[in-house]
Amino acid sequence: MATTALPGRNYLEEDATTIGAWLKAWFLTVDHKRIAILYLLSINFFFLLGGLAASVIRVELITPQGDLLSADLYNRAFTLHGIIMVFFFLIPGIPAVLGNFLVPLMIGARDMAFPRLNLFSWYLYMAGGIFALTAAIFGGVDTGWTFYTPFSSTYANSNVILTITGAFIMGFSSITTGVNFIVTIHTMRAPGMTWFRLPLFIWASYATSLIIVLATPVIGITLLLVAIERLWGVGIFDPALGGDPLLFQHLFWFYSHPAVYIMILPGFGVISELIAAFSRKRIFGYEFIAFSSMAIALLGFLVWGHHMFVSGQSVYAGLVFSFLTMLVAIPSAIKVFNWTATLYKGSISYRTPMLYALGFIGLFVIGGLTGIFLGIVAINIHVTDTYFVVAHFHYVMVGGAIMAYLGGIHYWWPKMTGRMYNEVWGGISALIIFVGFNMTFFPQFIVGYLGMPRRYHVYPQEFQVLHVLSSAGATILAIGFIIPIIYLTISLWKGAIAGDNPWDATGLEWEVSSPPPTHNFTTTPVVTREAYDYPPDAAEVDAANWRPGSPL
Amino acid sequence: MATTTSTSSSHAHADHGHADHGPELQHHFSTAAQQKEAATLGMWVFLVTEVMLFGGIFMAYAVYRWAFPDIWAEAAYHLNTPLGTINTVVLLVSSLTVALAVSAAEAGKRTRIIQLIVVTMLLGLAFLGLKAYEYSEKFAHCAGYSTPIEWVTNTNQHAVYECLVPGQAFLFPADKTTGASNAPTVAGQPTPYQLFFLLYFIATGLHAVHMLIGLAIMSYLVFITWRGTISSTYFTPVEIGGLYWHLIDIVWVFLFPLFYLVH
Amino acid sequence: MQDFPLFPEQASTFAGPVDVLYWTLVGLSLIFGGILPFIILYLMVRYHRSQKVDRTNQLHSSLPLELTWTVIPLVLVLTVFFWGAFLYIDMRTPPDDSLEIYVIGKQWMWHVQHPNGKRENNELHIPIGQPVKLIMTSQDVIHSFYIPDFRVKQDVLPGRYTIMWFEATQPGEYHLFCAEYCGTEHSLMVGRVVALRLADYERWLATPGEIILPDGSVGGAVPALVEAIGDPMELAGGQLFASLGCAGCHRSDGLGIGPNLAGLYASEVRLTDGSLVFADENYLRESILNPGAKIAAGYANVMPSYEGQVSEDQMNQLLAYIKSLADANVE
Repeated sequence: MATTALPGRNYLEEDATTIGAWLKAWFLTVDHKRIAILYLLSINFFFLLGGLAASVIRVELITPQGDLLSADLYNRAFTLHGIIMVFFFLIPGIPAVLGNFLVPLMIGARDMAFPRLNLFSWYLYMAGGIFALTAAIFGGVDTGWTFYTPFSSTYANSNVILTITGAFIMGFSSITTGVNFIVTIHTMRAPGMTWFRLPLFIWASYATSLIIVLATPVIGITLLLVAIERLWGVGIFDPALGGDPLLFQHLFWFYSHPAVYIMILPGFGVISELIAAFSRKRIFGYEFIAFSSMAIALLGFLVWGHHMFVSGQSVYAGLVFSFLTMLVAIPSAIKVFNWTATLYKGSISYRTPMLYALGFIGLFVIGGLTGIFLGIVAINIHVTDTYFVVAHFHYVMVGGAIMAYLGGIHYWWPKMTGRMYNEVWGGISALIIFVGFNMTFFPQFIVGYLGMPRRYHVYPQEFQVLHVLSSAGATILAIGFIIPIIYLTISLWKGAIAGDNPWDATGLEWEVSSPPPTHNFTTTPVVTREAYDYPPDAAEVDAANWRPGSPL
Repeated sequence: MATTTSTSSSHAHADHGHADHGPELQHHFSTAAQQKEAATLGMWVFLVTEVMLFGGIFMAYAVYRWAFPDIWAEAAYHLNTPLGTINTVVLLVSSLTVALAVSAAEAGKRTRIIQLIVVTMLLGLAFLGLKAYEYSEKFAHCAGYSTPIEWVTNTNQHAVYECLVPGQAFLFPADKTTGASNAPTVAGQPTPYQLFFLLYFIATGLHAVHMLIGLAIMSYLVFITWRGTISSTYFTPVEIGGLYWHLIDIVWVFLFPLFYLVH
Repeated sequence: MQDFPLFPEQASTFAGPVDVLYWTLVGLSLIFGGILPFIILYLMVRYHRSQKVDRTNQLHSSLPLELTWTVIPLVLVLTVFFWGAFLYIDMRTPPDDSLEIYVIGKQWMWHVQHPNGKRENNELHIPIGQPVKLIMTSQDVIHSFYIPDFRVKQDVLPGRYTIMWFEATQPGEYHLFCAEYCGTEHSLMVGRVVALRLADYERWLATPGEIILPDGSVGGAVPALVEAIGDPMELAGGQLFASLGCAGCHRSDGLGIGPNLAGLYASEVRLTDGSLVFADENYLRESILNPGAKIAAGYANVMPSYEGQVSEDQMNQLLAYIKSLADANVE
């Protein structure tokens, strides 16, 4: 890595003279920033793999007949896509990459509270990933990422146990990360960094960690029970052996619904940072955004039953879960309104991270609103397990979490690498992703309301047009994802030197050099200012300084 | 516990002096108090995750006990309640010795710490030994022996009238209290009886795994105390190791009545 | 290019109300999800750094504003919640005069039996203008019975019954899908629902079609079996009731060691522990397969389990028979 041109001594620089020492310096590092880089590389690898599976699915669905893949292969493809994307990309995504890199920097700490545990969590992640990949290579698994019993426990004859082991180990990686974040945010804040001076990304990470710590052990034990049932043929969930298949769904969704918030909450945090930075003013309604994260974390634990409206649970349970689901909509709406209000009287620039942030709001609003459709039982009955649901959660997960992830990567890229990426290509690819995404997933709402069930390998003729449209959009989306990989990689060598604070943003992470020194802060910073403490005239000054030819 | 000992690599201390604190303070903490707070909070948060882990099993237990209350009560007769009781006492005493070890650590009495932790470990081993005996009793029944000793010495093999190990050979005997009957009422796979024993093996097995980890932590504590790392100013490892041990005890305090004392 | 619809047909009494609710939500979403992006776009352009506009007197928080955008969405979502809730309760409450049809799901087909004994696979013939109640169970994994044009869906679980009802309004053929992923040929577990005018339906019922065995094969290899297979469900159930020996204890004069089953279905049963249980399909099923689970007050726990002795198909027939006893009692 050509870091010689960069000023100062930073975490990327190396004393190592031999390959062995270099390997040791990276693979046994306890530096949270290097661990974030390890995560960045491995998580993106899994993202590409999951994306490959998605491409195969979309190609197959161009025609109503199953002509590209056999039914078994198709089932394995969507299962692989789901498991990789959920467990190995979305859940660790923002916390493990951006969170690891930023949490200590943002709160003024030299490292996470437990640096070695942090490294250990990466190894757990990789171990889990290797199990899942091994399962995929040796025949795959065809249960869907939801592992519904008794299909997964008794009937499926694919590599269920290997995959479950992978997800189980990965769960512990999540847990260790969550424990580390909670303790770090509680105990490692710099003097003067009170709770209400914390950047909103920290609040979001904190709320996320609470969910991780409380929910992930439950999925761990649930998957363990499925594995035991498979191994010993003893009925815990299979009614033919005396078990209750709905118990599995309750335990599974007790984790997997909060897991949705594990994926999206850090995204909210990122967006709050981006909106403030590129409007050049303090975020609107700081406390409301902070508390809405906590409210989402809390309410998220009470709504798992909305995945089970047609599963055979009682009418009363359905109504209660539906009611609580309506309430979750409110804190999400509060965030969106506050972000919008932040734009008012700001000095907005269309830099790549901001484009992602604005795209995020648009897509997340659609994802969130269709969530209300799904939360109303009478409509849910018709659209659950159809492409309507598929479209809904892709709007939240891809349109929400991935847009935030990409926005965050671009925003902190200069901090992580010390180099600027190509702004033109950045803007172009953000637009391509936005267009491609909508083209891929909007038709799925329509085909879903028409009644196309999800996880179908062959489908009736009349759905074809919409599927072709969706597959065409997926092609555009794929191109949009590949471009950033190229220009970001090139920027490592060719990018302009970024300087410590290229966005002129607030926050402790911008006060250290880019890339940050190994121990972040040579002297512990003392915080005396609020978060997003832009001067009252920051927006005016910024606008006054704008000349034709300055960056948009 | 990987979280509390010092990093001694030269690079870790490269850019700030550490003359003003002891070697146990890791480079990224500002003060010893901060490090202690982090370690303790970390352990508490970890304990929460452990509770949630066992929570899943307790949830399954609750659902099935509610569905099959009679079967639960009946099945519980077939666990070895005397051994379970002894094990409960053993664990409670070990909790006491751990608590004493922590207070000895506060006082900085190293020999005392080591003695108390060794006693704790012996109690822990006794617990595991009894547990192993309980398990082997169940397996011996499946092989057609009354006790594990007869099984090992291969004496008095008889027809299998009881097999409480979940699986193909599962056989729940007709006689509710003794199991001494040749006429099983409920044999084979699809019975809720089997669920009880499955949950029993999973819950106690998971607990035993935690016990093994606890023993490993305890031996590590003995090692670092013997090496002299622990003092009256720095005893966080003993404290949080003790917390973990208490958790193991508390889990057992719930498991014992739920499985052994249902009837 | 073949024609492609953008909206599903409305072919049941639920379709209208569900769609009205759906379009209302779409409308509300357009107000929020449609106007909000325009506000954002406006702000993006108006307050772009190149624009010389007034940026003084910035606001950083405002309780009235926060309350406004908390309370208004709250009121709206609660309104649609209650609207949806009443509709949902309606969708889960079959009328008493429903026509009962039994459905068994298995990898990867649907097997249907009508009260008069007529069977069909991957097809469901129903009359229009008449509430139809499906009593469904699965032989293996979880399936889901889904008729998009009726806006109804219900998971079909092994080891228990789930109920679904609807009233078709338009004669025609509609898609029938399995909506819960159930293995390799999940996407081939499809069929059609044929809605007929009542007279046509009755004619169809009376027409002896091919004899379809519960395992899915067509045609009768064993004549004796075929005869029973085509029997009306109550009759077949009554024969089972006798041949399994149920009648010995559950005597119709009430003097047996088991309770008299006349009038049992859809009644409240007092159990030995004093609690009341509603005698629905699942209670009857449990009492046959796991008799000790809920014992009627005044009777001993002496009934042996029939687990493994009764197929799902026969269970349905037994239920039809026990239900017919209830009807007889009422009259």
